[in-house]
Amino acid sequence: MSELPPSRLTHLQRLEAESIHIMREIAAQAEKPVMLYSVGKDSAAMLHVAKKAFFPSPPPFPLLHVDTTWKFKAMYDLREKAAEDAGMELLVHKNPEAQAQGINPFDHGGLHTDMWKTEGLKQALDKYGFDAAFGGARRDEEKSRAKERVFSFRSADHRWDPKNQRPELWNLYNAKKAKGESLRVFPMSNWTELDIWQYIQLENIEIVPLYFAAPRPTVERDGMLLMVDDERFPLREGESPEMRSIRFRTLGCYPLTGAVESEASNLSQVIQEMLLTTTSERQGRAIDHDASASMEKKKQEGYF
Amino acid sequence: MSELTPPIYETEALIGEDIDAYLELHQHKSMLRFITCGSVDDGKSTLIGRLLYDSKMIFEDQLASLEADSKKLGTQGQEIDFALLVDGLAAEREQGITIDVAYRFFATEKRKFIVADTPGHEQYTRNMVTGASTADLAVILIDARQGILTQTRRHSYLAHLLGIQHIVLAVNKMDLVDYDQDRFDEIVGQYREFADDLGMKAFTAIPLSGLAGDNVTQNSDNMPWYQGSALLPHLESVELQQEAAQAASFAMPVQWVNRPNLDFRGFSGLIATGRVAPGDAIRVVPSGKTARVKSIVTMASDGTLQTLEAAVAGQSVTLTLDTEIDCSRGDIIAAADNPPAVADRFEATLIWMDEQALLPGRSYEMKIGTQTVAASVQTPKYQVNVNTMEHLASKTLELNAIGVVEIATTQKISFAPYAENRALGSFVLIDKMSNATVAAGLLHFSLRRADNIHWQATDIDRKAHAQLKNQKPLLLWFTGLSGSGKSTIANELEKLLHTMNRHTFLLDGDNVRHGLNKDLGFTDADRVENIRRIGEVSKLMVDAGLIVLSAFISPFRAERDMVREMLPEGEFVEIFVDTPLEVAEQRDVKGLYKKARAGELKNFTGIDSPYEPPLSPDIRVNTTQMSAQEAAQHIVTHLFGL
Repeated sequence: MSELPPSRLTHLQRLEAESIHIMREIAAQAEKPVMLYSVGKDSAAMLHVAKKAFFPSPPPFPLLHVDTTWKFKAMYDLREKAAEDAGMELLVHKNPEAQAQGINPFDHGGLHTDMWKTEGLKQALDKYGFDAAFGGARRDEEKSRAKERVFSFRSADHRWDPKNQRPELWNLYNAKKAKGESLRVFPMSNWTELDIWQYIQLENIEIVPLYFAAPRPTVERDGMLLMVDDERFPLREGESPEMRSIRFRTLGCYPLTGAVESEASNLSQVIQEMLLTTTSERQGRAIDHDASASMEKKKQEGYF
Repeated sequence: MSELTPPIYETEALIGEDIDAYLELHQHKSMLRFITCGSVDDGKSTLIGRLLYDSKMIFEDQLASLEADSKKLGTQGQEIDFALLVDGLAAEREQGITIDVAYRFFATEKRKFIVADTPGHEQYTRNMVTGASTADLAVILIDARQGILTQTRRHSYLAHLLGIQHIVLAVNKMDLVDYDQDRFDEIVGQYREFADDLGMKAFTAIPLSGLAGDNVTQNSDNMPWYQGSALLPHLESVELQQEAAQAASFAMPVQWVNRPNLDFRGFSGLIATGRVAPGDAIRVVPSGKTARVKSIVTMASDGTLQTLEAAVAGQSVTLTLDTEIDCSRGDIIAAADNPPAVADRFEATLIWMDEQALLPGRSYEMKIGTQTVAASVQTPKYQVNVNTMEHLASKTLELNAIGVVEIATTQKISFAPYAENRALGSFVLIDKMSNATVAAGLLHFSLRRADNIHWQATDIDRKAHAQLKNQKPLLLWFTGLSGSGKSTIANELEKLLHTMNRHTFLLDGDNVRHGLNKDLGFTDADRVENIRRIGEVSKLMVDAGLIVLSAFISPFRAERDMVREMLPEGEFVEIFVDTPLEVAEQRDVKGLYKKARAGELKNFTGIDSPYEPPLSPDIRVNTTQMSAQEAAQHIVTHLFGL
C-alpha cells in the first residue's frame, strides 16, 4: 500500500491508519490489553494491522483464543503459526464447566454459544485480569453493531448498556475506567467486508484455506450445508457425507457454520463471488436467527 | 420489488467479466465521512436507506426481512420502508426514532462513504455533535413543504460550529410540491440569509426526493430546471478534509514510543496536519528541542522493515530522529519553523454531554490529542440558545447546552485554534470520579492574562518561614458529614498542638462562611467554589509555615483532590471523621438535620445532597469508638509518631 503516492490516501490507507491509531491508544493507556483472536479473516486482518502498528516491536499484548473445541481443524493449524509469525504469546481458554458437561453444538443448541463463547470469554478476561480486549467486529456486520462505540465500556460483570455509552468525538477515545471494569475495543469498526478482503489481497495476508473452495465431505441439514470435519459429527438417519466443492464465507464452530457451494479457489474469485452474491455474511451462522434483535441481547449479556 | 427502480450500482458488469480489473479500480477509492441532519419526518432514514439500496449495500436476506418488517412496522403501506433499514436498536425501532449515532457504509467506484446517522431533536444535540466531529460534509435535510424550521437552524449552527466545510442543503420531498422550482428557490433564498448571519461561507442546495429517488444518484427528469449535481455525484467530488489538512504545517501528536531494543527508538503517531520527509527539521513541543527526521518506518507486507519517502496528514507512522532527544506521549513533533502554540488559559466552546451539569471550578481531566491534563472551567461567559443563536447568561451548562467558557489547565499544553486545526484544537472533558466523557470542547485562543501576571518571587520563601517556626507546615483537612465532630476534634487537636509549641491556625466552615465566603450558598457549584477559596487560603497559610486545620464537610472527592494538588506532596493530610449518618443525625447539635428532614433546608449533605467518603484517607477517626480528646491524640500519634 505504501507504494502509492501519499498525497491522496486511499480508503484502505485511511482505514488502516485509523485502526493503528486506535491500537496504539490502547497500548499507551490500558494496563493489560489483549487481542481476541478467532482465526477468521477479520482476526487475520486485525492481527496484520497490529503488527504494522508496533513494528519493529512485536505487538505489546498477547493473543487470546476463546476455544470451543469445535472449530475446524484447519483453524487450529493456522492459529499456532500466526501467533508465532507475529512474535506474540498465544493464550487459549476453554471453559472447564462446558468441558466437564460435554457441551456441544449438536445436543445443546444456544447453550453451546452461551457457555463456550460468552461465559468462556468472561472467564478468560477475569482469569488473566485483562482490562482491554481488542475484537475484530465491524459495524457493517449487523444492525446493533452500527451503534457500537470503538471503545465499548463494560461493567465489572461484563455487561454492555446500549443506552449509556460514552460519546466518542474526533479521535479522542476515553479509556478511563474503575478497577474491575473493562473495555472492548473494535479497531476495525469502520471496515466493510469488501475492505477486509481487499486488504487481505493487497497485503498478502495468510488466511484459513477453508475460505477457498475445495471438494469437502458435507451433509445438508436444516437448510444449511455442513462440513463433516471430524468423527464427532453425529450423522442422522439417512445422512451420508457427500463430496461437494464448498467454501466458507465466515468461520466459527464447524457444526454451526454453513458452507456455500462454490468454485472460487483464489482471492479474486472469492471477492468476485462475494460481490455477486446476494446473501449477507452472518446468514451462514446459526446464532442470529433466533430473534431479530438477538445479537443486541447477546451483547448485553457479554458476548463479544 | 417491481415498483422499485433497479439500483444503478448493481452488479457492475466488470465484476463478472474481469474481477482483477474491477479490484484495481476499487483500490484507489478515497473516503468521505458525512453526517445527515434532520428528523424522521424529513425522510432522513429513507434517504440513507435509498443510498444504501442504490449502491447495492443491501443483501437479499436483509431485503427479505426488510420487506417483512415494512409490512409489520412500516409507514409506507405495502411499499418498502427504507427507514427500517437504518434504525438499529430494538428500543429505537419500537419508539420509531433513532436515539444514538449509527454509522453506515456504502461505496461507489470513486469513494467509500461513512455516514453518521444521528437523531434530529434538540435533546439529541450531543449525538449530532458526536457525528459531526469526524465529518467532512453535512447533509441538512428539510421537507420542501415545511421549509426552514427551527431545527434546520440548529443543525446548520452545529455543523458550522464543528467546522464542517461542506454543507449540503437537501430540499427533500420535492415530489410532494410538484417539483416546483419557485418553492425551491424560495427556500434557498431564506437559507442564504440565515447562512450569511451564521458566517457560513458557502453551501450547495439540491432539490430531491429520497422516496422517489429524484436527484439522489442521478439527475431527475422531473426537475429539468435544476442544473447542478445530484446528491451522490456531489458527494463523490467534494474536497476531503484529510487532503486540505496536508496544506498546513507538519504536526504529529506522539502516541507511543517504540523501543524494541537499544538500537531503535521511534515515535509513533497519527499525522494531524502537513507532510513529513526524512531530513526535515522538527521541533518537539512543549520542550522546544530540535532534530531532523532520520526515517519513516513501516512494515512491508512480508514483515520486513520498509521506509517511506514521505508521509502526510491522515497516516499513522513511526518516525526516527537523527539525535536522541526527550520525547514521549503527549508531546507534539512539529515543523521546526512553525510549531503549535503553548498555553494554559483558553477561551473555548463547550458542548455539555452529561446528565450531571458543569461545576465551575471543579477539576476535570482534559484530553487533547494525546495530552491528558487537569483543567477547570470558569462560570460560562454565556450560553448559546441553539435555536436562535442568542447569547444567554448562565451559571452552568446542562446536558446538551453549548456555552463559551474560560478554561485553565494545571500545566501548559500545545494547541492550535479549532477553526485552523481540528486535531490540535479539539478536546474532551472527563469526570475524574465517574470517568464519563462529560463535554466536548473547541479551543479558540489562549488568554494572555496568565502570562502577564508573573509569580512575584520573594526572598523569604516558604522554607524560611517553616524553619523559623521549627516545624513542618501541614494542611490537616477534616472531612465528614455535618455534625460528625470535625470542628470539635479540630479544636481539641489545636489545643494539643498549642501545648506542643506548634504554630497553628484553625479554619472552620461556619466561620469562613461569615466572611470570605458569605456570597456563596449550598448548591453544588457554590460548594465547589467554597472549597476552592478555602484551599487557596490554606495554601497561603501553609506557605507562611503554619500547621493549618481546616474543618469543612467538603462532600466531593474531586474538590478534596483539587486542594491536595495545590500543595507539595505530603503536606496535605486528609482526615476522615467517620460518623455514620444515623449517629450524626441523632446528635444533631445544631438542629440542622431536623430542619432538612422537614424540608426547610435545601441541599443538605447526606439528606438531599451527596457525600462522597474518602476512598483512602490518610487518617480515619471513628467517633463512635473514641472521644474528641482521644481522636486528637490519635491524630498526633499518627502525625508525629508520639
